[in-house]
Amino acid sequence: MKSQDHDAHPKPRRNIELLLLLIALTIGIGAQVLVGLNLEDTIDQRYWTEGGVQVALALAFHIALRLRAKYADPFILPIVVTLNGLGIAMIHRLDFTNQYDGVADRQLMWTAVSMVAAIALLVLLRDHRRLRQLTYISLAVSVLLLFLPIVPGLGQDIQGAQVWVTIGGMSFQPGELAKITLGIFFAGFLANNRDLILLAGRKVGPLTFPRLQDLGPLFLAWLIALGVLIVQNDLGNALMFFGLFVAVIYVATSRISWVAIGVAFVAVGAVLAYQFVWHARNRFDIWLHPFDDEIYDQLYGSHQLVQGLFGLAHGGLTGTGLGSGSPQIVALANSDMIIVAFGEELGFLGLSAMLVLYLILFSRYMRAGLGTRDHFGKLLAVGLAMVLVLQVFVVVGGITRVIPMSGLVSPFLAAGGSALLANWLIVAIVLLISHAARRPIVVGPMLNTTGEGASGTEDPLRGRNTGEQDPVNESQGSATAPALKEGESFRE
Amino acid sequence: MNNAIRHTWVVSVALFVSLFAALSLIQVVFSDELDSDPRNSRQIIADAGAPRGPITVEGTPIAESVPSDHSQYDYQRVYNEPELYSHVTGFFSVMSGPSPAGIESALNEEISGHSDSQFFDRITALFTGETVMGAQVELTLDPELQRLAYDQIPNDQRGTIIVTDLRTGDIKAMMSKPSYDTNELAVHSGTAFQENRERLEEEGVHLNYNVAVNRPIFPGSSFKLVTALAMLESGEYEPDTELENPSSIDLPQSDRTLPNFAAGNCAQRGQAELNWIFAQSCNTPFAEAAMELGEDSLQEAAEAYGWNEAMRIPVYVDASRFPETTSDAELALSSIGQASVTATPLQMNMAAAAIGNGGTLMKPQLVDTVRGSDLQILSNPEPEVLNEVMDESTADELNEMMVGVVEEGTGWRADSGRFQVAAKTGTAERGDDTGTYNSWITGFAPADDPQYAVTVVYEGIDLGAGTELTGRQMLTMLEAVIDE
Repeated sequence: MKSQDHDAHPKPRRNIELLLLLIALTIGIGAQVLVGLNLEDTIDQRYWTEGGVQVALALAFHIALRLRAKYADPFILPIVVTLNGLGIAMIHRLDFTNQYDGVADRQLMWTAVSMVAAIALLVLLRDHRRLRQLTYISLAVSVLLLFLPIVPGLGQDIQGAQVWVTIGGMSFQPGELAKITLGIFFAGFLANNRDLILLAGRKVGPLTFPRLQDLGPLFLAWLIALGVLIVQNDLGNALMFFGLFVAVIYVATSRISWVAIGVAFVAVGAVLAYQFVWHARNRFDIWLHPFDDEIYDQLYGSHQLVQGLFGLAHGGLTGTGLGSGSPQIVALANSDMIIVAFGEELGFLGLSAMLVLYLILFSRYMRAGLGTRDHFGKLLAVGLAMVLVLQVFVVVGGITRVIPMSGLVSPFLAAGGSALLANWLIVAIVLLISHAARRPIVVGPMLNTTGEGASGTEDPLRGRNTGEQDPVNESQGSATAPALKEGESFRE
Repeated sequence: MNNAIRHTWVVSVALFVSLFAALSLIQVVFSDELDSDPRNSRQIIADAGAPRGPITVEGTPIAESVPSDHSQYDYQRVYNEPELYSHVTGFFSVMSGPSPAGIESALNEEISGHSDSQFFDRITALFTGETVMGAQVELTLDPELQRLAYDQIPNDQRGTIIVTDLRTGDIKAMMSKPSYDTNELAVHSGTAFQENRERLEEEGVHLNYNVAVNRPIFPGSSFKLVTALAMLESGEYEPDTELENPSSIDLPQSDRTLPNFAAGNCAQRGQAELNWIFAQSCNTPFAEAAMELGEDSLQEAAEAYGWNEAMRIPVYVDASRFPETTSDAELALSSIGQASVTATPLQMNMAAAAIGNGGTLMKPQLVDTVRGSDLQILSNPEPEVLNEVMDESTADELNEMMVGVVEEGTGWRADSGRFQVAAKTGTAERGDDTGTYNSWITGFAPADDPQYAVTVVYEGIDLGAGTELTGRQMLTMLEAVIDE
């Protein structure tokens, strides 16, 4: 992570991406064909059509990157295509059991919708810094998205968590998109107010506390997220938002004291949830005593967790092979518990390889944050990377009893359109950030091109945005002129 | 800022490391422990869905495993002509495993491929990745005889027919009704299994045992094969020994009397030879003789035939009982197959077979060969002498007495124009107030060169209907099997 891209002539590396993409498609579609071979007698036309759709989508994305963001990170797209393809394969495999039917087709449809939306975002947005204008709009949208499911008539209670919205028969989890909008808000707000938070404030012992008015909106956002999530019983997302909040504020301030404050907030939230939300207390009991017969047998008990552990154990080191296990025994095998299905059929080795893919993907997200020159971009990349890593940690940690279980889905793997769409949109945004990080900067003769003070970064003292110092490049020259009116007016 | 990003990255990697650690604990270190948790149905499903070897009759499968598509179990157990073989095969349920009676459980290890002799098959399969195929079990049954037996027994009666080759012990037919469709219990759906089981049990079908070998009932006068043996062995009686034949006797230390069967011919003679008494199945002389001989000699005779001993053929055969008696009265009643004496249909068939085979009792066998999946013979039971029950001269005497039963006694319905039939009938009170009886006949033919033993039993049947059915059906079975 130490090396930075200050090569004289950065290469676009799109050909590497194409090569990796072909491998990714081979893995994903290969897994789907393997499922077919194991569970059906013949590989019919359907497999080739669906495989073709995936190839076309991946290539379209690749071409969009060549045209619009050719310096984007070459590893992100292949990894995501691999995970998405494996997810479809496992969902397809579970469609062969009595419990599920036709989910794989729906997942493929959602993959197409998500990838097209991500391509559109990539092409239309052009530069991630334009999102900075949306800092406060994002906050409003986040609140709206999080509140939608508890609006009478729209909301729907599924599995004890009220996170669904049904409009015209289509179910959607708007909270998934709030991951993006809250990420934008945190990044934008902290990029704008970082200096004030760092400089103004009272010093108490080793810690410097900010003035309340500086931290107000942030605290409000946190409070709203907490409140809504407790009302909705959605602990997984609550945990993820807290993590996002703590990580972004730490990166913005570089002060460990902020982590302490953030952790204190999380702890208070956890205690409150444990005290007042039966759902949370129940999850806690399940976590500590899953094999207790009473907890195992009760409604909303540890049955699912324990059966998940059995599934993982049955897979052992090498797994039963695709189509040869019994992953359908575990409830929600193709969404919340799809990790168990992979653990059972691909074994510890297969599942570990997939976790390594997540880890690399996360690292590339962080790399984009390291490389980009604007604070907003850094914070946004880190925030979105945290969204990814926390989703994986909360899901896999919940399944493996590292932490209490809560309802989150594995990014790109699990069946579910909302999460898929949100995660693909994140991919588009991070690709733009990584493009901004690696593209060559054409600079005037007077400017220092290396180090913190390089062109394209903010003025550390005045917290000005990067608009005026926008790096110039052939295709991107006059693209953006972020104004950030809201951020500035707030400070006055 | 970049340092903070790096620190965040390190913390996140640490989180991931905890996931890898937890996964390796679950999937590798403690996997055996989790796998063997009784709440883990995966191993059970794998075993239940594994292919089982076929059970065949003259090479045709009556039970086989076929790949099953739309189920979490890989294979479906299918029974062909299930009503004919249900009691012999039993059934294999993915819910409860092999039913306790029948070949499915008796040879479960071989059929599922887990017996010691299939060890190397399993090792090979481990490396080639192929599924271990279970052994194929060929039964001794003759499908035509089995079908004939099935057709004979009325659907509304609880009847059993057994045909054995008395020279080898091979069971050629073993049929009981009510029968049932084993496929209904081999279903993969738990609810369907439950419903079908409850319905069948309500209909009075015995799902957990085979009446022919697992249900000892009062044998009545057919037990006189034992009493007569004890009498001849004592040396105090010959077939033509004259015996008192009162119409009833008072039982000692009891206010009960033991009468001769009122509807029979016994009342014609107050004194008669043993063979006549045997043919007419008069009770009082046997009771007197039993009390004279004592319990020990009766028990000795019974145990020589196989009483008081369970065995595997390889299905489990319950012991028929001749328990110690507590009084002469009980002994007297025991001598005519009442009180506490019981017999399975197979046990009674063994008694007739031993007499027919010159006193040498062959062990009944239901399995002809067990072959591995590569058709190599794993076991091939040879005819086995179970016991030398009596010497040949005694057997000949009993043989002759049994011929008398058919030619001039209670077994006249089994008289054949083609060969001499030897038999003994029995009508047992059931000790309840239903007014129904256990109606027996057991015997063999041809009497001058015995080949096959046949036993027909009806449990809880009206007096007239029982004697009507048993004799004729025994004849039908004998004529069918000896015609071969």
